[in-house]
Amino acid sequence: MFTSRRLRLGATALTLTALVLGSAGCGGTTRENSGTDAGGAQASGAANPDAPIKEGLKIAFLPKQVNNPYFTTADNGGKEAVTEVKGEFKEVGPSEASASSQVSYINTLSQQGMDVIVTSANDPNAICGALNQAKAAGAKIVTFDSDTKPECRQIFVNQVTAQGIAENQVKLISEQIGGEGEIAILSATANATNQNAWIELMKQELKKPEYSKIKLVTVAYGNDDDQKSFQETQGLLQSYPNLKGIISPTTVGVAAAARYLSGSQYKGKVKLTGLGTPNQMREYVKDGTVDAFALWSPADLGYLAAYAGAALASGQITGAEGDKFKAGKLGEFTVGKDGVVVLGPPTVFDKNNIDQFQF
Amino acid sequence: MSLTDTGVTERIANTSPPDAGRPRRRLTERLLAVRELSLLLALGALILVTMLHNDRFLSSQSIKDLLLGCAILVILAVGQTLVIITRNVDLSVGSILGLVAFATGELFLAAPGTPWPAALLLGVALGAVCGAVNGGLIAVAKVPALVITLGTLYAFRGIDYYWAAGQQINAADMPRSFLRLGNQTLLGVPVLFLVALVVVAAAGFYLHSYRSGRELYAIGSEPAAARLSGVPVGRRVFAVFVASGALAGLAGVLYAARFGTLDAAAGTGLELQVVAAAVVGGVAIFGGSGSVFGAALGAVLLTTIGSSLAVLRIDPFWQQAVVGALILAAIGLDRLLAARMAARLRGRSARGA
Repeated sequence: MFTSRRLRLGATALTLTALVLGSAGCGGTTRENSGTDAGGAQASGAANPDAPIKEGLKIAFLPKQVNNPYFTTADNGGKEAVTEVKGEFKEVGPSEASASSQVSYINTLSQQGMDVIVTSANDPNAICGALNQAKAAGAKIVTFDSDTKPECRQIFVNQVTAQGIAENQVKLISEQIGGEGEIAILSATANATNQNAWIELMKQELKKPEYSKIKLVTVAYGNDDDQKSFQETQGLLQSYPNLKGIISPTTVGVAAAARYLSGSQYKGKVKLTGLGTPNQMREYVKDGTVDAFALWSPADLGYLAAYAGAALASGQITGAEGDKFKAGKLGEFTVGKDGVVVLGPPTVFDKNNIDQFQF
Repeated sequence: MSLTDTGVTERIANTSPPDAGRPRRRLTERLLAVRELSLLLALGALILVTMLHNDRFLSSQSIKDLLLGCAILVILAVGQTLVIITRNVDLSVGSILGLVAFATGELFLAAPGTPWPAALLLGVALGAVCGAVNGGLIAVAKVPALVITLGTLYAFRGIDYYWAAGQQINAADMPRSFLRLGNQTLLGVPVLFLVALVVVAAAGFYLHSYRSGRELYAIGSEPAAARLSGVPVGRRVFAVFVASGALAGLAGVLYAARFGTLDAAAGTGLELQVVAAAVVGGVAIFGGSGSVFGAALGAVLLTTIGSSLAVLRIDPFWQQAVVGALILAAIGLDRLLAARMAARLRGRSARGA
């Protein structure tokens, strides 16, 4: 009886504490919102392109999820850049790429007084509130790979423009099938925003006169799952006996399709290209299943994002259109509209150059 | 409800005394036949419909793909059937598969010369260890297997994540001989499918002919009664989880050989497909009834559904809903048949006595 009452008292006390803390948090939010406005005003202020990069900047990377090879490579690129500018590198992140999983990490980073938070957003809206708080606390926000709403960050480092991907992929498949025949696309999930944007642009690209003999017969969805991508590839080959080529602009899809083709009667007859990493595709390029495929370098992406963050935190740039900064070995970059910095066209890998790449 | 009728079935299948043997035996055979027959019919209908739409669905390449595609799920479904028959469930198989698949890749990275049979044995052993953890926890904590394996589902996956640390293992990292195992054929039949057949036949024979195999059904029908009859319930359940883990380990090695690209997320969510395959295959979720043949057919059916939806070019937004509807239809049919059989058995025993 006594124990249970004590427990209940304890619980009440806890609830009260939580309430007090909660309301304090709310108060904080209001204050920080006004701070954000100030930050916004600051962004339109003048940049000093000659300002030196500060030493000892605390730069944190928050990928969509840890344990994802792509982001591990990107973060290592970031680490290299942070070491070059003599900053402190830190990587944290959720193990699941769900919409809200990054919020608590951003809050913690902002409490730890990070100078720069470099993140790839799982959801364009879900982390905005937390990012604005972090901004108000003095951190500079850079997104890479996957953007938030533009007002929630200073700079977005885009790996490549959607147009660049569409042009590259259509050109690759056209070269491989000799400029004519039926092709299909093996995508990730049916509602993946970036995939759908690329597919739409590929369709536009295919309308050009030089591709008039290429016919896109269908788009299949492998859900970024090995088994499903296998089955969808099989389905494509059975449903379209005259299929000449497949574009799979997703790393899981292209590897699964390559693995399927390499063990089937279609090897070498049906061409495959897409977006994949050299390590996962090496085997299939060497055994003749795949002629060429493309990807941007995730390491360069992280590297550039880290330099952009350092330039922001040192006052070299503010994220306004036309700002210029130097990103170590990658050279000079210019900030475009809406604070977007583009890494560049994707790299094409084939059997001649694939061994020079390790990621 | 399901317990009573399944109990009756099993007792008949078990004893079949010589005097009343003939009519009852025919009944048993009919019952067994009906369960697996309805699955075969569904499978046949599905293949027929798909073939009418596209005759390449039954080309040799396509059949090879179908057999290859279902092999891993069949092996997992056999392990799951052993567990479900004892009125337990093993939700950690997807995570065990992922862990073992990654371990296999790591093994080849660390020791590139490892012959693949050694990798296979090590994978099965690691799976068995994971299964023993499940079985041990269940025996010690006396908590339902659902809860324990839900915990180890995350625990094993967590170990996998920690170990992988974002690393990906690729086809180029593994020996060709091992990868060839993943899509090699013997007389036109994929090796992977032959492995699955051996597993099904062995487990089927064990369940049907061994005393301890029959005891698994007794445990699932009524654990308390089984204990009172002197069945070592704890030991059998432990063994069943070790077996399920070992089979998941085997499936993990084969997964590595088949897909060639491995990261820590391999096999995520597979456990639900495995349970679905067993249930579609007529394995009663409350234990005591079902066969590995049914479960294997269930796995084949689910895989074929996936393949034929791709060939039929069903709108991807609908595919999952269609799979779900087909599962419900299969279970509904099974339930209907079981209910009718129970009614018939009741009528018979009333008249016969």
